[in-house]
Amino acid sequence: MLSNVSKDWRGAGFVTILGVAILIFVPILFDLFEVLQMTKYVVLSLFALSLAYIWGFGGILSFGQAGFFGLGGYVFAVSAINMGETTVPFLIAIGACALFAAALGYFMFYGRLSDVYLGVVTLVVTLILWKLINHTAGPEYIIGKARLGGFNGVPSIPIMSLPWQPGQEMEPAQMFQYFMAILIAVYVLLHALIKSKFGRVAISIRENEIRTSLLGYDVRLYKLCIFSIGGAVGGAAGAMWASYQTFVDPNIFSLEWSAKCLIWVMAGGVGTLFGPIVGVLALEYLSFQLGQTALMNNLIVLGTILMLLVLLLPKGLFPTFRDLVVKLWRRRGGSTDEGAP
Amino acid sequence: MDFSLVVAIELLREVAGLILIATGLAIIFGMMRVINIAHGEFMMLGGYTVVLTTKMGVNIWVAILILAPLAVGVFGIVVERLIIRHLYGRIIDSLLATWGLSLFLIGFVTVVFGNTVEGVSTPFSGFAIGQYSVAIYTFFLIFAAVAFMSSVYFTLRYTQAGLIARATMQNPDMVECLGVNSKIVYMTTFGIGAAFAGLAGGLLAPISGVVPGMGALLIGKAFITVVTGGAAVVAGTLSSAGILGTISQAVTFATGPVFGDATLLFVALILLRILPQGITGRIFTRSV
Amino acid sequence: MKREISRRSILKGAAAVGAAGSLPMIPFAAQAADEIIVGGLHDLSGFIDFAGIPMNQIMLMAIEEINAKGGLLGKKVKGVVYDPQTNMSLYSQYATQLALKDKAAVVMGGITSASRETIRPILHRYKTLYFYNTLYEGGVCDRNEISLGTTPAQTVEKLVPYTMGLWGKKVYTIAADYNYGQITAAWVKRYVEQNGGEVVSTDFFPLDVTNFGPTISKIQGAKPDMVMSVLVGTGHLGFYNQWAAAGMKNEIPIASTTFGAAGAELEILKPEVANGIITSYGYYPSIDSPANKAWVAQVNKRYPEKTPLLSELSAFTWEGMMIWADAVRTAGSLDRMKLIEVMESGKTYDMPSGQCAIDPLTHHAIRDVYIADLKDKTYIIKKKFSQVQPADTQMVCNLKETPNANKHYEISLE
Repeated sequence: MLSNVSKDWRGAGFVTILGVAILIFVPILFDLFEVLQMTKYVVLSLFALSLAYIWGFGGILSFGQAGFFGLGGYVFAVSAINMGETTVPFLIAIGACALFAAALGYFMFYGRLSDVYLGVVTLVVTLILWKLINHTAGPEYIIGKARLGGFNGVPSIPIMSLPWQPGQEMEPAQMFQYFMAILIAVYVLLHALIKSKFGRVAISIRENEIRTSLLGYDVRLYKLCIFSIGGAVGGAAGAMWASYQTFVDPNIFSLEWSAKCLIWVMAGGVGTLFGPIVGVLALEYLSFQLGQTALMNNLIVLGTILMLLVLLLPKGLFPTFRDLVVKLWRRRGGSTDEGAP
Repeated sequence: MDFSLVVAIELLREVAGLILIATGLAIIFGMMRVINIAHGEFMMLGGYTVVLTTKMGVNIWVAILILAPLAVGVFGIVVERLIIRHLYGRIIDSLLATWGLSLFLIGFVTVVFGNTVEGVSTPFSGFAIGQYSVAIYTFFLIFAAVAFMSSVYFTLRYTQAGLIARATMQNPDMVECLGVNSKIVYMTTFGIGAAFAGLAGGLLAPISGVVPGMGALLIGKAFITVVTGGAAVVAGTLSSAGILGTISQAVTFATGPVFGDATLLFVALILLRILPQGITGRIFTRSV
Repeated sequence: MKREISRRSILKGAAAVGAAGSLPMIPFAAQAADEIIVGGLHDLSGFIDFAGIPMNQIMLMAIEEINAKGGLLGKKVKGVVYDPQTNMSLYSQYATQLALKDKAAVVMGGITSASRETIRPILHRYKTLYFYNTLYEGGVCDRNEISLGTTPAQTVEKLVPYTMGLWGKKVYTIAADYNYGQITAAWVKRYVEQNGGEVVSTDFFPLDVTNFGPTISKIQGAKPDMVMSVLVGTGHLGFYNQWAAAGMKNEIPIASTTFGAAGAELEILKPEVANGIITSYGYYPSIDSPANKAWVAQVNKRYPEKTPLLSELSAFTWEGMMIWADAVRTAGSLDRMKLIEVMESGKTYDMPSGQCAIDPLTHHAIRDVYIADLKDKTYIIKKKFSQVQPADTQMVCNLKETPNANKHYEISLE
């Protein structure tokens, strides 16, 4: 029979297998346009994962996750334009965001900031970045060969190349698979982290911070680590986004992007890793389809759907769906055979 | 000398502006722990009320001081009944639902009233201070902000209704035992918060562009002001608006609005770091 | 027990949702083989919708007109319209869709420079002809794009000496703090100094500033002869209201390179606030020519309930459609390069805005430019300049020498 550890992994295992299947079969089954679409969803899912992790499994509600997303994008853009290749800039972007998250985390957690106040601080930091970068339109704002470009952003960002094929830009199908592989890897790693001792302490911090610290754990340090990981993942997503769009502009730091990330995670289901991915897919697909019909003002439709979502599906899309399936399964009197595949 | 006077007036004006846009949100957040992202749109509705009613011939003062808060207050009560009352205690869900409401309102107003509605202009003109000329309306705004804060303070501190409201926020079960219907208290408080937002929007209508998106420009600052202020409605809003407004406007005078705005954000950051429960989490904790 | 069921149902949930999430997008435009697709990418919701909606309406009207005259090459023209909702990632998705899935023959769209720069490289990469019809700061060098909007060297260069001649030589500039605002402010300074004047100060405002009190006081202290406004967006509308509230309307006059560009400001602000502001654009609804009068009448007839805002943006969308249609008829084909060669041939078109030709070196418009005063929501044209060259883009771009250029140059006036 399967051991205890494997049981924990079954849900994640199935998701991983699904992910690998998507990775292999999508470029074969779908055409160029759809592959490009799905690449976008993969990158945004990674972005959502960063918030899903720090919020769902660390209790840190960040209103400014877009700050790392944007920072990753900009750092990647500047490094890639200057260095001419993309693998090292990708790592630099991740590293820079992790460092920035650590610094910000130190500022916040060692100042005992929590819940809404912490959220506002993260929001304010992101807004500061937005204002400052918006201001950098003139030619004097240049780092090496890369002009920051202010409101118009940084154009012509190099498309990523596979690490073992430097200098050769990836085809869209390859990019999809490469990004999907990163998403799967991060998902597995985060899952492992959650199930580890570190993760269990993190969850206990989320549940009851005071009790955890009374048990002797340095809550601030744990939160700092969690926040830095979230920052690194967000930064990776940002670098991937910059390369996918070949373009990054200060709007990436705006309130709107932070809000979108929050909405994906909430709509998908806080407290799960897979839920926010569902949130991304559902809401982005919805926005995309809405823009193709001229039936009604899109904001009305989107707004109504969000309100209904909160009122009718308070746990989020994925947990509600999951619980529904559980209920139906139970009603069928289905077996609880552990050995079934 | 003239210039210093003008600077002082402009500093007060900025503080007043922050107070106006933050009070409604402070009431709702501070007392009910509901994050109302649609607060900006409530202000926008107030602005539209003023614009549309004056076009129909209503006197602008009636429109601003009576119709705008009334219309938005009633609308607020409707929203509370339909949506908010399911979300008490669910601080994050209230964020998502009110975000949806905010999008809905922007879309709705755009469709129904159009996005280029002719606005109103100020009912006053300029007031000369030496070689400078300050809009009389500026003084009116400052006066309005003072009135906002005084009325809220007075109500909460010295009236029966205020006592009931404060008690309900602290312990709704106990209040129910004492015979008060806490649901009505919540409903009324939300309505009053919305009314303040509508009044703020109406007051700002003559000096802004009244468009469906005008709320979005104001919500960020309002939110930051309220949270930095902390839990107390009057003391919190007053102190945070005072500090943030004065410093940022002083920097604006010195270097221009780019750094002025960034300074507001930096100061908020530092304040929150030093006083992690907002200003009134640490100072003036017992005040209203 | 419960946990095991949950795990298994995660599989089902994951499979179902994963599969659903990767379903191919159902194309809404099921095109017939005998149709020519014209793509429209204008914001129909979100903060720029007041600009995008009229552009879209005029584009659709143009398509109807083309079809009424028998279509093109024996086929009907069909408009495929997407609403990017002022969202850059939707812009890029829809542009890719138009190029790859809908196989559009031409795309009209993009309003802000940011949206244009999001879609221009995509349309360039997938070889879909692109018309950018909005005024902007100049500098695009891309043979796949036709840029019909005016640039500072065409409008500001005329506006500055005219207003200085009217009002005086001391200028105070207030500008939006982003690329367009900064570049235009630089041009203003150059032209003011070329005409013997002085820019007392240039103040920049982030796009979300709504309180202009300190600036108004500063302007009062500086006592300039005129204020040059390069303010953009709805937040900045407050400046004009606050200026009037401070009693400055009759004290210091205002000229603007951006006021009313999309036609919205004169609708939103009251006449007593907006009167007297002098602007310069390539099109005004009150242009007194038979061609324009006929066109405005046609627009009113087509949209009787609410006239779309008529401005450069909507008028040049019409021009873009007509120029493209004319090129298709002349070339007898939809082939992109053939069309480009026809448009580069230097032909002058008769348009509601006057005469218009496409500069082969930059693919920008050589067009008539006007200066107008504003009174009670009507523009009063004061001066007309014929066939003004897009001199700023010509500084950085030469498509004969670099036909494969694919860049937006930031024109720097150092």
